[in-house]
Amino acid sequence: MMILAVPGFPGNQTSLNPVGPGASHIEFEFSLIFWITCAVYCIVLLGLVIAVARRRHSLETIPEPLATNEPTERLTRRSVTAAVAVTVVLLFIMLIGSFQTGRALGDMNQEDALPIEIYGHQWWWEVRYPNNEAYKIVETANEIHVPVGVPIRFSGTSRDVIHSFWAPNVSGKRDLLPGYKAEFVWQVDQPGRWRGQCAEYCGLQHAHMSFEIVAETKEQFAEWLSNQAKSSVQPSTPQATRGQQVFMTHACVLCHSIRGTSAGSRNGPDLTHLASRATIAAGTLPNTVGNLGGWILNAQSIKPGCRMPPNQLSGSELQDLLAYLETLK
Amino acid sequence: MITTKVATETQLTEEELRKALQLERIWQEPRGFVGWFKAVHHTTIGMRYVVTAFIFFLLAGLLAGAMRLQLAFPEAHFLSNDKYNQFFTMHGSTMMFLFAVPMMFEALSVYLVPLMVGTRNIAFPRLNAYSYYLYVFGGIMFYVAFLCNTGADRGWFAYVPLSGPDYGVGKRADFWAQLITFTEVSALAVAVEIIVTVFRLRAPGMSLNRIPIFVWGQVIVAFMVIFALPGVVLSSTMLLLDRTCGTQFFNPSVGGDVLLYQHLFWWFGHPEVYLIFIPGTAVVSTIVTTFSRRHIFGYLVLVLSLVSTGFIAFGLWVHHMFATGIPQIAESYFTGASMMIAIPTGVQIFCWIATMATGKVVLRTPMWWAIGFFFVFVMGGLTGMFLASVPTDLQVHDTYFVVAHFHYVLIGGAVFPLFGAIFYWFPKVTGRMLSEPLGQLSFWLFFIGFNVTFFPMHLVGLRGMPRRVYTYEPGMGWTLLNQIESSGYILLFLSVSILLWNVYRSLRRGRIAGPNPWHAGTLEWATTSPPPHYNFLHLPTVNGREALWDAAPNQPVVVGLSEDSRQILTTRSLDAEPDGREELPSPSIWPFLAALATTAAFIGSIFTPWGITIGSVPVAITMIGWFWPKKQAADRRRAREIWQND
Repeated sequence: MMILAVPGFPGNQTSLNPVGPGASHIEFEFSLIFWITCAVYCIVLLGLVIAVARRRHSLETIPEPLATNEPTERLTRRSVTAAVAVTVVLLFIMLIGSFQTGRALGDMNQEDALPIEIYGHQWWWEVRYPNNEAYKIVETANEIHVPVGVPIRFSGTSRDVIHSFWAPNVSGKRDLLPGYKAEFVWQVDQPGRWRGQCAEYCGLQHAHMSFEIVAETKEQFAEWLSNQAKSSVQPSTPQATRGQQVFMTHACVLCHSIRGTSAGSRNGPDLTHLASRATIAAGTLPNTVGNLGGWILNAQSIKPGCRMPPNQLSGSELQDLLAYLETLK
Repeated sequence: MITTKVATETQLTEEELRKALQLERIWQEPRGFVGWFKAVHHTTIGMRYVVTAFIFFLLAGLLAGAMRLQLAFPEAHFLSNDKYNQFFTMHGSTMMFLFAVPMMFEALSVYLVPLMVGTRNIAFPRLNAYSYYLYVFGGIMFYVAFLCNTGADRGWFAYVPLSGPDYGVGKRADFWAQLITFTEVSALAVAVEIIVTVFRLRAPGMSLNRIPIFVWGQVIVAFMVIFALPGVVLSSTMLLLDRTCGTQFFNPSVGGDVLLYQHLFWWFGHPEVYLIFIPGTAVVSTIVTTFSRRHIFGYLVLVLSLVSTGFIAFGLWVHHMFATGIPQIAESYFTGASMMIAIPTGVQIFCWIATMATGKVVLRTPMWWAIGFFFVFVMGGLTGMFLASVPTDLQVHDTYFVVAHFHYVLIGGAVFPLFGAIFYWFPKVTGRMLSEPLGQLSFWLFFIGFNVTFFPMHLVGLRGMPRRVYTYEPGMGWTLLNQIESSGYILLFLSVSILLWNVYRSLRRGRIAGPNPWHAGTLEWATTSPPPHYNFLHLPTVNGREALWDAAPNQPVVVGLSEDSRQILTTRSLDAEPDGREELPSPSIWPFLAALATTAAFIGSIFTPWGITIGSVPVAITMIGWFWPKKQAADRRRAREIWQND
């Protein structure tokens, strides 16, 4: 049935380049509706054009009240009835396709799925890998590593306003509502970095609230997870030690946590393994030293309205802090 | 005396001239500055609705231009995120609450329905004036707040908790919630007027099966208004209470529910779409009939499909909420309902095409707009299939695909018919024709500009661009498509400018239209253009679905109404047999004063919950003034009632 393909799109944030069973099922239904509606559009408007593009008439002819041509009327009545009947049949085809797809998506629920928790914040994503042993719990932000070919059971909610969790290459979106717990199963079959973005208007920085699903082999994933479960590395150079002091004595510590230190606040993203992430500020900037420095000094000029305040640090303090943060692999 | 004679001949006998002068004396609108605020005739108020709603359309269009400029380049800084959020909220709220419904329902129905059913004024003319002033005051309040940097910025839907007291700081969301109150009171008032006008004031002979489709459309919309608006009355009032009185309806941390808001809002919000495009389809039915030179094909089926659209429209609101995680059984039901609505809409489209195919099509500007409607609206309807099916909806919901979809539906279903309506009824309203070549030019510019602007939005949505983002990153593959969209705006801007120039020019130098330039069949063409304040010299009777086409050679007219007071004929709901005489109220300043008092109460309640309590006192005083009985009118009524009881 995949002859029904629509012209696909390249890209890592499009539903028409599916990399998981969820998006693939949906693409099938999409193609079905696409081809049916295309055909209907062409036929209906062709009918319209034929009806209109005949000889021209004048407004002067006043129609006779009842002088309609009975054979023509009968033929027209039959044509309209037939068109309505075809419409109903096509609607049922699309409806059944829709139910089948919904069922296929529902059937993905698997007991041995990997659990991951997602929490929406204004304007970033908190990611948690739960574990029965507390010291193995992993917390990170905006970058969701998953093993390829393994079903993932996401459960999530919002810490403030409504957000919507959506990575179109993998599957359809799901709203995270405060007061409700969303549970859904996704699976990625193709290694790569698949981008997602908040899809429910959530305020000033709705535009800059993206995340990445990093799909890698089971071995790579296991290695990543065990590294993330570790506490932060203790600073080994004098500069990094001074940087840690800067962190602990400035506003940073009020919102961020670094496991293995006394910084334990949960208002902002967990920074224990900050340097291992590819982007900062929910996908707004690549995670380079320069960007990080600019972000720390004045996040408001980069992402106006975000919760990160400007920080008045001297040049050496900033260098020390960056040196420390760079060690948090 | 026959009605068609009035339409085609301007020569009046001496007797008729006397009658015309007398009717004009009784029905004329007061003059002067204060007189302007006393006007109650439906053509006067209807024109004000048209002009006001069009001004709001232009304002919202300019806001859209600023947004298109911002989105033409990635990470642009033309508008800050705070400004952009205000702009898109103002754009959406203005288009929905201050343009689309007031224009398609209130303006068109207030002006046209009394003429089309053949009576002298709308039922409850003072209520009509009051509803207009409330609407315009609400709109002014909304824009004054916007100019003071207090423009609504939570989207036209204002979801909680983003719009709630914790995350929506300042007064922005309060102004939005009160705008809703203004427009809903106004729309409810007009709904009542239209229902009573259509069911009690029709010309004798206009039984239910002879009501023009346009009037059917508007009366169905009026019923939908009455059932749909309570949803948003509740949600916006509960929001305002949460914000100003500290109630916790929508606060999840103390047992409130954020989904409740969405259900209440979309209970109204989905039928809202049909409030906007059912009048549009009613206009298309009218234009298609006149320019196909035949009675509409399948009248009964068309009316029934309008009625069933009105019913089904209330059964599919949840398809706006599929992504919130609705149980699968409910999803199936709402998917089925959403797809089912395509059947009555399809029936209408097939009937129109059948009318054209079996008629004698005349291509004039109104007809071009109707044809444009087909190309655009059918596309919008078909892309709706992707939203009706839950799985595909989860991929396109809240992306630019949806933005494309609803602009195809709403611009296709409302603006194309509206512009057709402007060209169609301009001669009736002003007595002059619009320029045909300029009309064609603005049509083609609009048609091309529309598709250039909105078609690429489907693609950019499928490439993953969400809605309501003030900017986007380069390298997402969205830049070029956004630039194409923005360039289409220029064509739309040109087209509307040419339309305005056409109106301006034709008002002064347009060809004189005469009573019935299109040789159309409905009753509004049976009087002079523009219509006098008494609408018809001889109140008509009706002999068929197209009153003028089907008139008998000696079609009778209504006689026996007093010409010394504003007397009208009432008829029975089903068969439109005459059953009494009623006197309509005269012009009055009180509706305007009552609207001022109501406005003070509504705006006051933004700042303090006491606003309504204290504000109800002046409202009560003005209402007492409004309904203060006059002895002469009471005497006349008593005389009339004695006569009727005999």
